[in-house]
Order: sequence, then C-alpha cells, then structure tokens
Amino acid sequence: MSNANGRKTATVVIASVIVVGAFTYLMLGNIEGDVVYFYTPTELLSKGDAAYDRAVRLGGQVSPGSVQWNAEALDLKFKVREGTKEVLVHSKGAPPQMFRDGMGVVVEGRYRRDGVFESKNLMIKHSEEYRAPKAGERPQEMYRSLMKGGTAS
Amino acid sequence: MTASTMPLAAASDRRSGLPWGWIAVGGVLALVAAQVYGVLTSPPDRDMGHLQKIMYLHVPAAWNAFIAFFVVAVASLRYLWKGRAADDLLAASAAEIGSLLTGLTLALGMLWGKPTWGIWWTWEPRTTSTAVLFFMFLAYLILRKFVDDPERRAQWSAVVGILGALNVPIVYMSVRWWRTLHQVQGSPMTLDSTYYIPLRINAVALMIVLVAFIAHRYRSAMITQAADDLEDRAALMEGGSRA
Repeated sequence: MSNANGRKTATVVIASVIVVGAFTYLMLGNIEGDVVYFYTPTELLSKGDAAYDRAVRLGGQVSPGSVQWNAEALDLKFKVREGTKEVLVHSKGAPPQMFRDGMGVVVEGRYRRDGVFESKNLMIKHSEEYRAPKAGERPQEMYRSLMKGGTAS
Repeated sequence: MTASTMPLAAASDRRSGLPWGWIAVGGVLALVAAQVYGVLTSPPDRDMGHLQKIMYLHVPAAWNAFIAFFVVAVASLRYLWKGRAADDLLAASAAEIGSLLTGLTLALGMLWGKPTWGIWWTWEPRTTSTAVLFFMFLAYLILRKFVDDPERRAQWSAVVGILGALNVPIVYMSVRWWRTLHQVQGSPMTLDSTYYIPLRINAVALMIVLVAFIAHRYRSAMITQAADDLEDRAALMEGGSRA
C-alpha cells in the first residue's frame, strides 16, 4: 500500500472514531443524566420556584371536562392531569387531530407564575392501544364537535 | 490474499444452492399481498383512522432492521475472531439492508407522527436512539467506501458494526427505560386481532425479502471479491514473467 493510501485510511479511521465516539457519548449522556423528555404535573409542581419561566415539557392526560376551546380566537385551555395533580395549560391554534378528553399529551412551553402553563407546542402521546371502534363509538366526532365551538361535553 | 482466493471462490459456489432470485420475488409478492390484506381487512382505528395502516410497514421495517443488525454483529464478531473475508462481506450485506430499513422506519414514523403527534420530529429517546442507529450504519457504509485495503476495511467495519449493533437493544428498550413520546411496544393485549394478525404476516413477508436481499448481496460480493483476487494474481504473474 502506498503512503498516500495509508494517510487516507488513517484520516477516515480517525474521522469514524470521532463520529462513533460522539454518538456513543450522546447515548451515554442520555442514560446517565437525569434528563427526562417531559415532567409530570406532580414533578413540575414539586419543583417550587424552579418550575417557573423555564422551557420545559409537561406530559399527562387531558383532564376530562377541562377543555375550553374558543373557535374564533383559536384559543385553547385545558388541564393536564397525572394522578391527582393537574396543571392548567393555555395554547394558541388548533390542536392535533387526536386531541380530546383523556388523551395523552406533551406540551412544550413555560410554566408562568400565575399558575398557567403557556404552551408553544402541543403534541399527542398516543398509547400502544389499537382498537377497532365499538358500535356507535366515534371519537373523531368528538374532535369535530369540539372544534365547531364551545366546550367539549 | 492468494491463500484465501480458492476457498472464497469455492464458498460462493457452494452457497449458490438456493434459488435466491425466486425467493426474493416470492418475498416481494408475499409482502404486497400482506399489505393489501392488511389494508382491506382491518377497520379504521378508533383514534387514528386509516393512519394506523402505516404500522404494517413501519413496525416490520424496524423489526427486520434489528434482525439485519444482529447478523452484522454476529458476522463482525466472527470476522474479528477468525479473520475470514466472507464474514466481513456478510456483515456488509446485512448492514446495507439494515440501514435501508431503518431509514424507511424513520420516514414512515415521521409521516405518521405529523398527523398523530402533531409534529414531524422531536428528539425524544426512541427517535433519538433510532437516528443514532441510522447514522452509525451510514458511517459504516461510508467507511467501507473509503478504505481500500480489504483487511483494514474489514477490521474497522467490524468494530463500527459491533458498536452500531449495540444500539439495537437501546432502541428497543428506549420506550421502557425512559419517558418518550413514542408509545411502548404493543402486544396482542393492546392490539385488536384485526391489527396484529396482518402486522405479523407483514413482518414475516418482509423477513423473506430481508434474507433474500442479504443472500443476494453476499453472493455478489463474494463473486466480486473472487474476481478481484484473480485479477491481482494475473497482474502478479504478468509482472513476474516480464522480470
């Protein structure tokens, strides 16, 4: 093998080691750190003062009966619940198609000092349940009726 | 190199016993039939309607990518142990389709994520670990293109291939170990039979395609390598006769 070839090989090998090392570090960082993708309402509320005004994600279920949707202002309020704790969330714009009472959600935003979580991004966390609709059951109708105006039933 | 030429050529002859071309055609036909079966027989899901059908390719692609990377790991370990060129070529063949299927898993996941989650992408543990898996095997394939010396290529690929395959259990368990936006694995408990039966049929059909693809790429790599070795030897003999 020529010298030039050897140098090329060495460069590629070093580059690959760096790439692989960086990825490995990222993965291990993920494992060892206490970084969680989202906080539950309980965890957020237990942070006390540290909970406020930081970019965080909050996850839980849409508390049944808590959804208030203003179709003209595209303004959405609902509570995210986990266990017995709830956090009021305010969001602008229409939520994703599967948004409804009891659905899992993750919101990105900030918890304001007035106790309202200001959401910049509302995401649906779908469960691993895949079910055929039962006779007469139409969850997608719920979204439609919700979007037409007023509060969900 | 000369010493390995004859066994290599002989191995490629011995392994050509099964009609892999026909098996590949059969696998693709089975996959198409399984897709049609799934789309026609299962009703729209309670929440996601017909979007659920993406599962019939997204999940089998992920599972079969895992199988492909398992083959990479075993073949790479065997290469490091025994130093046979054939194991290196087998690992490379499996890495190719594994990468392809991981890319397909990610693309279909994004198509599903936009209408379901409301976003195309987020850096949560399942998506992040899958992206890492994908990029590590892209790096593996790029590495192979850039290293000319077969022995070095094989050694370094084996190391990267094993490191890459170590991600498979991390990807699989990510939804259990950490909080994710991605759902945890479904099971017959959480999937109505009208969904999990087509899912499994599709997974098996795609597995036939996977095995046929690996076999085909492996065989052609063996033949190419044998031809290269013959060329090298011919060049050596020509040089020798001139001297």
